[in-house]
Amino acid sequence: MFEAILNGLGGLLAGFQSLDWRSLVMLVVGSVLLYLGIKKDCEPLLLVPIGFGCLLVNIPVADIMGKEGFLRVIYSMGVDTELYPLLIFVGIGAMTDFSPVLANPVTFLLGAAGQCGIFLTLLLALGLGFDKLDAVSIGIIGACDGPTAIYVTSKYAPHLLGAVSVAAYSYMSLVPVIQPPIMRMLTTDRERKIVMGSVAGQVSKTTRILFPLVMTVLGGLIAPKGLPLLGTIMLGNLMRESGVVARLTKASENEIANIVTLFLGLSIGATMAGGAFLNPKTLLILGLGFVAICLDTVCGVLLGKVMCFLSGGKVNPLIGAAGISAFPMSARVVQREGQKYNKKNFLLMHAMGANAGGQVGSVLAAAVMLSVLSGMGVIPH
Amino acid sequence: MEMDKVTFGITMLICGMGGTLLTLWIMSLIMGVLRKVFPYKEEKEN
Repeated sequence: MFEAILNGLGGLLAGFQSLDWRSLVMLVVGSVLLYLGIKKDCEPLLLVPIGFGCLLVNIPVADIMGKEGFLRVIYSMGVDTELYPLLIFVGIGAMTDFSPVLANPVTFLLGAAGQCGIFLTLLLALGLGFDKLDAVSIGIIGACDGPTAIYVTSKYAPHLLGAVSVAAYSYMSLVPVIQPPIMRMLTTDRERKIVMGSVAGQVSKTTRILFPLVMTVLGGLIAPKGLPLLGTIMLGNLMRESGVVARLTKASENEIANIVTLFLGLSIGATMAGGAFLNPKTLLILGLGFVAICLDTVCGVLLGKVMCFLSGGKVNPLIGAAGISAFPMSARVVQREGQKYNKKNFLLMHAMGANAGGQVGSVLAAAVMLSVLSGMGVIPH
Repeated sequence: MEMDKVTFGITMLICGMGGTLLTLWIMSLIMGVLRKVFPYKEEKEN
């Protein structure tokens, strides 16, 4: 009987006995993510489930990511199948008003410039010795778009999913800290004070309905490998703009997006097991992610300067910084910076155009990237 | 023969960034035309 009691007590101690330093470090990392989400309000919808998933997967013996573990079931259901990021895209499309970019279509170009960081970081990652598909997944952090990063990484470099996702969401929430110094460094005082006129008129409902259709067909023909990304965001937007499926639109932007966000966050956290996450590569990925977002901002502002020159000083180059996918956070940063130098300057709607362009741009850049990879035979046709 | 990393990286930069820029430029032209063909009419929209 004494032996049975000892064995029973041994069962209660098994977790402590199997705890190694990696698990301990990751328990701290999970707690930091929870702290950032709960106390600092940094992307709480994702950081809370990611942080908690990280805690769960690093508690030994429970084997929660084992073959029959509940996190494994959630992971297989939507990450292996790539369903979660796509469902989130339907919600994003349903939530996003693309009118600002449609009112001033030239801002689509700022949305393209804001994706330069993806390709430049890919080059850097290759230079640092990462494999081709690993480098692609690291570069995609520069899309500044969580679901896009998750879609590409889960498909082509699933072993990097935890690091890439954490980098993507962390830096997205740090956009108000990362962008302003770069914007100030690249622009002159005179450029920052440029007052832009009002945004050119409103957009008809027909144009707003035609936008997702044209984008799907044109983007799909140019970059068919990325059609799932483009198609889902545009489906959500078509539902929103058509106005005839209000129930589906609401479900997409609320219930579906919320449930999927929870599952996706837990799944990402589940990839953060100490043994796999704690290696020098993770630190490199976090560093490269930071570089990617800085390069996006640099290229956006530089194109803004070109547009300023070509328009004879009518475009404030600061709006170029909003050509990334962090919507509408980046546009707000531009508005705040503009007002610091000229209280009468209202750049928000112009920046929203660039920001909406950045949202389309990030999805399109990923789609183009996948099709180029397929064309080169790096991924299957 | 497997493509070397430099060729791969430069190709991705040119085709990827070029493709993104080109597609969005075409989109901006199309949307500009659509705005002219279907202008905003206040009473109809409301």
